[in-house]
Amino acid sequence: MKEVSFKIDGRDCKAEKGQNLIEAAKQNGIFIPTLCYFKHLNPLGSCRVCTVKQNGKPIAGCTVSIAEGMDIEVNTPELLDNRKAILEMMFVEGNHFCPSCEKSGDCQMQNLGYETGIRYTRFPHLFVDRIVDARPERIVVNQNRCIKCKRCIEEVITNDGFKVFNFTNRGNQTLVSVDYEQEAKLSEAQAEHAMHICPTGSILVKGKTFGKPFGDRQFDYAHEGQNIPLTDIKKQVKSNKRKMRVATTSLAGCFGCHMSLLDVDLGLLDLIELVEFNKSPLTDIKKFTERCDIGLIEGGCCNTDNIEVLREFRKNCDILVSVGECAIWGGLPAIRNTVPLEDCLKEAYLDSLTSEEGETVIPHHEDIPKILNKVYSNHEVVKIDYHIPGCPPNANHIWNVVKNLLFEEEFSISYPEFKYD
Amino acid sequence: MDRTQLLNKLWEFQHRLGYISKESISTLSKKLNVSTVEIESVVSFYHFFHKKPTGKHTIYLNNSIISDLKGFEDVKATFEKETGCSFGEYGNKEFSLFETSCIGMSDQEPAALINFQPFTDLTPSKVRNIIQKIKNGENVKDFSSKTISKIHYTPDDDKTVIFRNYELGKSVKEGLKFTPQEIIDKIYKSKLKGCGGAFFDVGYKWQSCKRNEDTEKYIICNADEGEPGTFKDRAIFQHLPGLVIEGMILAGYATGAKEGIIYLRAEYQYFKQKLEDLIQEFYTQNLLGKNIQSIDGFDFEIRIQLGAGSYVCGAASALIESMQGRRGEPPVRMWSATKHGFKHKPTVVNNVESLAYASRIIELGEDYFLSMGTKETPGTKLISISGDVAKAGIYEIEYGTSIRELLGIEMAQATAPYYVQVSGPSGECVSPAEFDRKICMEDILCGGSFMVFNRTRDILHILRNFMEFFKEESCGVCTPCRAGNFILNEKVKKMQRGLASQDDVDEIKKWGKIIKLSSRCGLGKSSPNSLIFSIDKFKDYYNLKIAPSNEFQNVEFDMEAAIHEFDSIIKDTQL
Ligand SMILES: Cc1cc2nc3c(=O)[nH]c(=O)nc-3n(C[C@H](O)[C@H](O)[C@H](O)COP(=O)(O)O)c2cc1C
Ligand code: SF4
Repeated sequence: MKEVSFKIDGRDCKAEKGQNLIEAAKQNGIFIPTLCYFKHLNPLGSCRVCTVKQNGKPIAGCTVSIAEGMDIEVNTPELLDNRKAILEMMFVEGNHFCPSCEKSGDCQMQNLGYETGIRYTRFPHLFVDRIVDARPERIVVNQNRCIKCKRCIEEVITNDGFKVFNFTNRGNQTLVSVDYEQEAKLSEAQAEHAMHICPTGSILVKGKTFGKPFGDRQFDYAHEGQNIPLTDIKKQVKSNKRKMRVATTSLAGCFGCHMSLLDVDLGLLDLIELVEFNKSPLTDIKKFTERCDIGLIEGGCCNTDNIEVLREFRKNCDILVSVGECAIWGGLPAIRNTVPLEDCLKEAYLDSLTSEEGETVIPHHEDIPKILNKVYSNHEVVKIDYHIPGCPPNANHIWNVVKNLLFEEEFSISYPEFKYD
Repeated sequence: MDRTQLLNKLWEFQHRLGYISKESISTLSKKLNVSTVEIESVVSFYHFFHKKPTGKHTIYLNNSIISDLKGFEDVKATFEKETGCSFGEYGNKEFSLFETSCIGMSDQEPAALINFQPFTDLTPSKVRNIIQKIKNGENVKDFSSKTISKIHYTPDDDKTVIFRNYELGKSVKEGLKFTPQEIIDKIYKSKLKGCGGAFFDVGYKWQSCKRNEDTEKYIICNADEGEPGTFKDRAIFQHLPGLVIEGMILAGYATGAKEGIIYLRAEYQYFKQKLEDLIQEFYTQNLLGKNIQSIDGFDFEIRIQLGAGSYVCGAASALIESMQGRRGEPPVRMWSATKHGFKHKPTVVNNVESLAYASRIIELGEDYFLSMGTKETPGTKLISISGDVAKAGIYEIEYGTSIRELLGIEMAQATAPYYVQVSGPSGECVSPAEFDRKICMEDILCGGSFMVFNRTRDILHILRNFMEFFKEESCGVCTPCRAGNFILNEKVKKMQRGLASQDDVDEIKKWGKIIKLSSRCGLGKSSPNSLIFSIDKFKDYYNLKIAPSNEFQNVEFDMEAAIHEFDSIIKDTQL
């Protein structure tokens, strides 16, 4: 085989002529993230995460065969942002509730989210209602999580040569459908292989999803020792020496983020030296008594009261931070966003196991907040300055961000503390 | 059974039963020895194939922007009222109503296909009349509309290329006086550019196919004409279909291909029979078949392949997939079609109009062609003009003609033109400040669609229609196009509700660029174009649409809309 020279981001590289760029880059120590590319399969070119520029022209990296003198760009600011954007599109297109996903910690898409440092998505979540198909013999296909990478379509074939999966419909209705007849022919090992190659938690094998407990999974300890810098944080420039004021609240959240706040343990004592709490469940101060430097918001907005409180925070705080998944994009309460409000209310108040027989009244009163048509993320309602992901976010993550914001200290977040679940 | 026959088989079932049943799918999967989900994947990709039974009359009403401004809503409401069915649902035994993307009738909108027979210039009273006739048992074929488009303009006699006298077989007979290489040289010299929208050099394409030593090669005529607002290919087929066939024969002669296939969009199947009759006439005159015009070993066959309702299948690579009985997903680009095309054999895909030009160039000589137009794009071009103009129809113009001339009194006679969409939704919008731009390679190219909107039309309404189109027609295989167009459409909706800030406008531009950069095929690479262009070109309009920002809230949140649903549920359930 002939060896050729080419360039990645200006660096001289060598590889076999005709080798796939993803592999060639890896050999030269450069990692190009992909979600659909899969070893021996022909390049699928469907996820577009690996988009690079070849001699100035954008192209999916997995479809490039190396030739002499190629000039490849991989990690330019434009391409890095593009990569992040495509991942964000995947997050908003499906319904990815990492905290309740069986694959969390083993999910390649989730891991790539950490690696690209996604804290929130620039795009609005689409909340399209998608089905979970448990009819197949061995597997369950959860369309909420499918990113249409096509790996399973090309890779999972029965012993007698039939495809088990295929796309149906088109456009944003496209889904990966299962052929029940063929699926039934799969062996246990073949079914597990299907689950394994799925880069998300879309294909699961019944009874095999918790083989490894959370915390011990392949990406749980990945990149230990590496840090995510917090460079794009807006700094609070203040010269006075007074204690900084912090306010917190929980909107449509579970108080889990507040519990996590307390998890700094003894660190809390140091903290009290530096900051004082104004309006917050921790102090039980109900109304702002002074303007605050920073407001930490847990939970998104599911009713009119949430909106009012959030707006009040925006008025009274210099910097607002969304803390946790629910605040950032709705989180678990947003599971209802794919269901019409009327059905939700009926299920909760009229048809539930605990409602009175023949109940016809959905509670409402001028003093009770109204339920919004869907759960909104906080940045859909007011301007949010910073987002801390996690469910709940790690205590160190929260306080590092707060300290960074208030005291202009340079901090970074260690990888294992950066979580969506 | 051969997989390339799959679309035809599916059409057979669709026509015979009104849908493609589970049993039909199962039969086909057995015949092809593939899993049923693979057949389903094809069926569900195409708009005109149904998995549920349709009524005896399927009505496809065009929902393009031109239809919209000519009265789509009223016509739609009348269809629903008269048939008692709703659009998008499967209706009753008699009728099923569906909306569909542009059906190539923009000079006669609103238009619909009823059992694939055309009905144009619809009004509510016309619709009532049609439904009554159907209910009386009349056959739609007997009273469908004449669709032949008016040729409103051709250059002076000595400058017309396409729309002049036609004599069957003349170009082929002229062409056979030359060697295949000479034919290619002539086309190459004429600088003929593909008219399907990509403006690729036709001579170059033929040459690279010829150079290939494979003995099996194909010529494909791309008659998918899906770009909204385009109807010039239909006009060629209805006025001078022979030119296209001769262009294919010449391409076959030049490249060494023995088989030609016309990929005809399903929307045009009402003239398929006529086209087939003409092809038969070519066989009779020994212009097709074996040893054409007694040239030993020059064999060429032509057949028609019907599409099934998919815009992206107009993209050459997706078209080839479709012809092979697959979903119209443009494959990952590893080779060009002239190397590995249809059945992995060298293939030339040319647009209808390109082939018509090729035969005229051979007939009239390349010097004739070169004496007109501009340096980069000699000759003439067909433009289909629609929208707010007095004379919608077909225009053969010399390259270099300005937009102002096209809109002017000599030509289309536009009234207060304000927003002109050149080359369809995937093309470029043009504001009055640019009306002096010229249609040519050196300035702005036009694939054929030229839609004119006057000052009373709302730009966001137009763009929303375009985004809905792309959202519907994206093949769904790649993330940026599948999800990105959906997201952009949500943004446009937000702007329409008056909730957008300057940030939203900036985001549209940024997000559009991401979609363009990373999409797999031309659809995603061009879908955000009009939105992005319009923001820079119609600044005054956008300034009026942007909500003033509020220091504290900074984001426009529509509280009314957010609680409306709750209020109405409470009202309904508390009685
Ligand atoms: C999304 C998409 C749709 C297209 N639709 C058509 C079409 O309807 N008709 C056509 O001739 N070309 C269409 N094209 C262009 C074809 O890919 C191809 O360039 C053309 O058929 C080549 O013929 P030409 O060189 O003679 O123009 C389309 C391209 C894309 C990306
Ligand atoms: S850009 Fe759109 S149409 Fe083209 S391959 Fe991607 S999803 Fe399909």
